[in-house]
Amino acid sequence: MAEHHDNHHHHPHHEEGFLSKWVFSQDHKMISKQFLVTAIIMGVVGMLLSTMFRLQLGWPGQSFPILETILGKWAPDGVLDPNMYLALVTIHGTIIVFMVLTGGLSGTFANLLIPLQIGARDMASGFINMLSYWFFFLSSAVMFASLFVETGPASGGWTVYPPLSALPQAIPGSGLGMTLWLVSMSLFIVSSLLGGLNYIVTVINLRTKGMSMWRLPLTVWALLITAVLGVLSFPVLFSAALLLIFDRSLGTSFYLSEIHIGGQALENVGGSPILYEHLFWFLGHPEVYIILLPALGITSEVISTNSRKPIFGYKAMVGSILAIAFLSFIVWGHHMFVTGMNPFLGSVFTFTTLLVAIPSAVKVFNYLTTLWKGNIVFTPGTLFAIGLVSTFITGGLTGIILGDSALDINIHDTYFVVAHFHIVMGASAIFGMFAGVYHWFPKMYGRMMNKNLGYMHFWLTITSVYGVFFPMHFLGLAGIPRRYYSNTAFPLFDDFIDVNSMISVFAIIGAVAQVIFIFNFFYSIYKGNKATQNPWKSNTLEWTTPVEHIHGNWPGAIPEVQRWAYDYSRPDKDQDFVPQDVPLEPGEEAH
Amino acid sequence: MTGFLTIVVVTLGVILLGKVLKIFELSGELRGADANAVTTKDNRTQGALVMLFGLGFLAFVIHQFYKFKDMMLPVSASEHGVQTDMLLSVSFWVIIPMFFITHILLIYFAYKYYYRPERKATFFAHSTKLELIWTVVPTVVLTTLIVYGISTWNKIMAPAAEDAMVVELYAKQFDWTGRYAGEDNKLGRSGYRLIEGANVLGVDMTDGHAQDDKVARGELHLPVNKEVSFKFHSRDVIHSAYMPHFRTQMNCVPGMTTQFHFKPTITTEQMRKETNNPEFDYILLCNKICGSAHYNMQMTIIVESEEDFNKWLEGKKTLAQELGGADVAVDAQPHADAAIDAHDDATTDSDSLDVQHP
Repeated sequence: MAEHHDNHHHHPHHEEGFLSKWVFSQDHKMISKQFLVTAIIMGVVGMLLSTMFRLQLGWPGQSFPILETILGKWAPDGVLDPNMYLALVTIHGTIIVFMVLTGGLSGTFANLLIPLQIGARDMASGFINMLSYWFFFLSSAVMFASLFVETGPASGGWTVYPPLSALPQAIPGSGLGMTLWLVSMSLFIVSSLLGGLNYIVTVINLRTKGMSMWRLPLTVWALLITAVLGVLSFPVLFSAALLLIFDRSLGTSFYLSEIHIGGQALENVGGSPILYEHLFWFLGHPEVYIILLPALGITSEVISTNSRKPIFGYKAMVGSILAIAFLSFIVWGHHMFVTGMNPFLGSVFTFTTLLVAIPSAVKVFNYLTTLWKGNIVFTPGTLFAIGLVSTFITGGLTGIILGDSALDINIHDTYFVVAHFHIVMGASAIFGMFAGVYHWFPKMYGRMMNKNLGYMHFWLTITSVYGVFFPMHFLGLAGIPRRYYSNTAFPLFDDFIDVNSMISVFAIIGAVAQVIFIFNFFYSIYKGNKATQNPWKSNTLEWTTPVEHIHGNWPGAIPEVQRWAYDYSRPDKDQDFVPQDVPLEPGEEAH
Repeated sequence: MTGFLTIVVVTLGVILLGKVLKIFELSGELRGADANAVTTKDNRTQGALVMLFGLGFLAFVIHQFYKFKDMMLPVSASEHGVQTDMLLSVSFWVIIPMFFITHILLIYFAYKYYYRPERKATFFAHSTKLELIWTVVPTVVLTTLIVYGISTWNKIMAPAAEDAMVVELYAKQFDWTGRYAGEDNKLGRSGYRLIEGANVLGVDMTDGHAQDDKVARGELHLPVNKEVSFKFHSRDVIHSAYMPHFRTQMNCVPGMTTQFHFKPTITTEQMRKETNNPEFDYILLCNKICGSAHYNMQMTIIVESEEDFNKWLEGKKTLAQELGGADVAVDAQPHADAAIDAHDDATTDSDSLDVQHP
């Protein structure tokens, strides 16, 4: 990591040893960087996995010697093995959803921004915060290690529905690979809960003087509500995982009933795989917003700062975050319309699901109004934030179709779903994450990232995102199921062979484009231009701290907050921003 | 084709990397405190790029709809499918204009309001009126869609007609078996412990209703314009019976029975003429990840006139004939998939039953 920190020991407290400074650090800023770097590494792994299975999907049955080089016996003669294909799909989903967009996104930005933006010297508990990272690290390491298991990694899809995930007879990946998946996920849940509790307590208790809830930047609101969602829903996933562990190892029958497999009738009776689905999606749906809300919060901040305009409808933005968070707990059934659930329940879940579109629409229109008559500075962060608004619209609108139970019957589990969630939560969340990295890199590393590489990264990325995922809507409407190793068994789908090749070409371009980012990121840590204290002329408190990190964040007293975070381009001021710690002038009204 | 594409991709990658390094070198020469500050020129360029890319993207979207116009949704071959297609069209007519309106605004604003040092942004933080508009309008539109959607759903999921033909679809890794309920239109009981040898469905042959059941493998025949009530079973993992032309999908879950009913409206023959494809067949495919051959777990569905259907079904042996049941009948006519020994012990094996009636 950044060697330039070595020379500076401004902090008043004590000299730290190597281990407590770089490895077992309890400083939220260091932990944030640890989360980010781990997430980038896992993101590269997840992306490479998807590139490998895209080769098979683009050119089914073709020999790619590189696959044999990487995968060995799982790609004899360079052709991907069907079991390995399912494993790649599974681990790609798991890594991106949990390690990158949950642990990585919340871990990085909640850690960095909560104390700095609310005016706290650190998290409520530095020790628990450190544990949160190390559980995350272990979880990532175990998931990565599971890729090298003799029988292959977990391969029942990232949702790991039993009985497929419970029975090694059903698929080889449900052996040791699945055990490691469950171990990794349990560690991840511990990490997530430790982190989440800390974030909540910190926001509630450690705000500086003057920082009322209605003066919190929207990033902090989003991260706070995200943490609440996590704390309420991850324990349910934990119970789902625990019961699955029991079924796999102790012979219980929570999810198993009346199974005849491998020429043998199993003893398990009375359980139901549908129970697992309910437990899983009770986390699984809030999880979508655990991923999305931090990205939306970052976007609010980046768009407002760089449009040099207050975020439009601050209270409505907070209200819509709360509404989305509340609704996210009562829509999980829309993942299960075709499981044979009571049709009345289907109606209820259709109703609640489509309601989510209302607060989402409010957010979109508020972003648009914030840009309207702004004075937009196009940093790479701004571009990614604008990209998020685009993908959030595109992906959000197709949710109106999928959330409708009568329509879901026909497109459930097809490529339409793949298109929808990759655009609305995959691309949006990763765009939000990139926007955050470009925007707060100066705060994290005291240096600037190269803007031209940033521009190039953005344009290539958004082109490949739409090139990959937009055509998938039509594949799905034509009835092509997801998680198919190839579509060649159905003459009906022959028309789509070329489309699939094009999608794979875009996927490869997208993967190559990320090399630009990774190079820019690591190069700039060491060689980037030195950052000034407030490079984006932003109002929030993190930019009042010195460029060089010190333990405790502010060398003197913590600044007092005098106003909200969005006093940009006030007509009564010459300067187009007024930081939160600048006192009101006599006669000036707080917003 | 593949070789060519690989070369293109690799070349592009190399060129890209070259350019990246070049840019880096150049920017390195300029290195100073402000080398990465966003200039007015950057703002103009990026604003223009947003417009350029935005227009390109909207053109791409229109092109995609045009390109896939005829490929995307096959003609609906079931009665309720026509209704859901209508609902889908209405939904598209709501979301496509929304997509274009919001994107045009996004692109236009980003392009028009790029940073100029002499300008100042308009301080506009709040407007109850505007916010009310974009809360109420989506609410009204969505309420309409919700009511329309739920009423369609309720029609589809209403109980099947009394006289609907009962068919069981039985899933296992990695194939489908159909079972027709026979003369009495009632499926015989079955249980997973009874699966043995030829009795792959685990049918309880002591049950009177089981005797006239008929089993179909490879092809499932359905009479046109007659409601079919499907009962879905799985013996191992979760599968999903997906019939895209009939707008039908239902999971097959071990340990429980799920159901769905529909009325096919177009025969295979008619469909072949309409699509100009003499090879056309309706398909049943598995749409829930179920293992290594998930991608090839399929069955052909033939929709034909009731007359042809009855003829086909009469040619099938009953389960009693296939397995030997309460009234073991003599094989009347030789049949391709009837080379099966009669199993009389299936009748005595019922004490360990865990049976369920669909």
